[in-house]
Amino acid sequence: MTRFGLIFYLFMRASMLQKKRAALTIAAIAWGTVAIVLLLAFGEGLKNQLITGRRGMGENIAVIWPGETSKPWKGLPAGRAIRPMVDDVAYLRARLPEADGLIGEITEWGVTLSYGRKSISGRVNGTSCDYGALRNHMPVMGGRFLNPIDDAEKRRVVFLGDKIAKDIFGDEDPVGKTLTINDSPYLVVGVMRHKLQMGAYKGPDDSNVVVPISTFVAQFGRQTLTNVLLHVRQPDDMQRALKRFNEVLGAKYMFDPEDPKVVQVWDTVKTSKVMANVTIGIQIFLGLIGGLTLLIGGIGVANIMYAVVKEKTREIGVQMALGARRAWITGPFVLQGLIYTVLGGAWGMVIAIVVIILLGFLPTGDNMALQLLGKPTLSWQIGLATASILGVIGTLAGYFPARRAAGIDPAETLRYE
Amino acid sequence: MNWPLSRKNGNNHNNGPLILMEGIRKVYDTGKVQVEALAGIDMAVKKGEFLAIVGPSGSGKSTLMNLIGCLDTPTGGTYHIGGEPIAGLDRDRLADVRNRRVGFVFQNFNLLPQITAYENVEMPMLFGAVPVGERRKRTSELLDRVGLANRMDHKPTELSGGQMQRVAIARAMAMNPDIILADEPTGNLDSASGGDIMSLFTELWKAGRTMVVVTHDMALSNRASRIITLHDGRITSDVARSA
Repeated sequence: MTRFGLIFYLFMRASMLQKKRAALTIAAIAWGTVAIVLLLAFGEGLKNQLITGRRGMGENIAVIWPGETSKPWKGLPAGRAIRPMVDDVAYLRARLPEADGLIGEITEWGVTLSYGRKSISGRVNGTSCDYGALRNHMPVMGGRFLNPIDDAEKRRVVFLGDKIAKDIFGDEDPVGKTLTINDSPYLVVGVMRHKLQMGAYKGPDDSNVVVPISTFVAQFGRQTLTNVLLHVRQPDDMQRALKRFNEVLGAKYMFDPEDPKVVQVWDTVKTSKVMANVTIGIQIFLGLIGGLTLLIGGIGVANIMYAVVKEKTREIGVQMALGARRAWITGPFVLQGLIYTVLGGAWGMVIAIVVIILLGFLPTGDNMALQLLGKPTLSWQIGLATASILGVIGTLAGYFPARRAAGIDPAETLRYE
Repeated sequence: MNWPLSRKNGNNHNNGPLILMEGIRKVYDTGKVQVEALAGIDMAVKKGEFLAIVGPSGSGKSTLMNLIGCLDTPTGGTYHIGGEPIAGLDRDRLADVRNRRVGFVFQNFNLLPQITAYENVEMPMLFGAVPVGERRKRTSELLDRVGLANRMDHKPTELSGGQMQRVAIARAMAMNPDIILADEPTGNLDSASGGDIMSLFTELWKAGRTMVVVTHDMALSNRASRIITLHDGRITSDVARSA
């Protein structure tokens, strides 16, 4: 073993690059590594933020809007409007064990919201207290979401989205203050904690004004639901729950459960699957760009090693004449390529990690683009991917020049000119 | 595949010639034209001979030298070195044969410039897997033998031409080869250094070494026990001389 070590040592000394060349080579690899790690980290951060944003509206939920029948059913004509009422929520909930949660929403647009001399027009949502957990309306410290007693006692309480709370109350703390909704006084019980939200219906949650559904019915006198929210525990349960929903509602309102027009459904489970595929696509794309940048670094290594082989042709020929087998010639070249790649890769990793840590201090504020892109995240998969790409590129960068070195004809090189 | 330094049964077990060439041809194919560098060489060199190969440039001396040293393979004919056929050996086997049987001395020395004289001499023994103790002992002995015991740690660039060639001879002797094969070994040296090298060659020969020298230098070829003259790829004369 010491013999192999010594042969490598001698070969290394005979064919090691000059310092400047080695440094440039290592820098090229480091640059490529920084590129690939950063791009992958941005991709990972984007994926995480997209997941967070998607969860902002709530997870494993489907939004169901009532529509009209498009097929005749049991003697009844097509084109009948199906309008579930507030009471149907309890009816459906009792008959849908597949759904973990089922709530109704009634919405009124163009409602006047006033506090002091400030008055704005907004959208008021009447719903049950489960809405807060399902739709991810987390209260800021000091406040709360609606509770079952609010609903039972038809209390005039309201929960505000963070943006509309700021629009009405400015820098004041809204909790405990009285807001008038179409001139009826409501007590503000909570304000939503700011969240990243990607998907929305009706409007973003930061402009939501939520009151108990019983209070809503009392004030606005409407009983028909604007939409229903269905929540399942496991994503796989969603299809079954939606099917069952149609069956139960169809039995009560006399329509064909297979009729596709009776309800419009936004199944977030399905759309999140699409989104997951899109983010995988983005990550592959970013990885490819990074990989190509790193490949250029690898070509740089190979190029310089080719130059070394060319310069050292005579010395390689001498070593062959003295009895060096092919592996003795190729081994040190492959090892050199790997050493430069590993050194460059290590440097690149360190630089990339520092950049990512520094970016973590960058304030993102309310800027959506910054929120999505400004959070590069490292993962062990990124490390593994980068290390494997580096390994492959390093080996190839040494292998091809080494193969040329091994192909040198000693008789040709030793001829004296 | 390790070959010990002393190989009593390795070579010349048949007492036949050390170098045996029969009908050796070498044709260089340069695309359009085929150049016949050697046109049928028959030659037998016995152990202990001091052979000088002479001839005008272009006569095929270098080609013959490459073939003897197993740096190249012939286009036709058969070659046995120490009774071992060369035909059909792959590059690694040829490297082993060179390592064990041939010690090269070149006109331009061909020492590796980045490593010391000691390491240059040591290198063939690394390839030949000589155990470390023996390797160190032999490297020092050989450098001492060529009069460079005090220059071991010098790099070739710090040595004179004559000193470099002596390091090269020590290196050629490292694996205790059957043949010392020298290509114009005095060609790049002044007459004094050249004289030293010739004396060293004579010494080695008298100690029983087989020497094959390609040279233009009459002073060197005059020391040989046999002179082969090449002309247009053929042997035109083969003269044995009394020492």
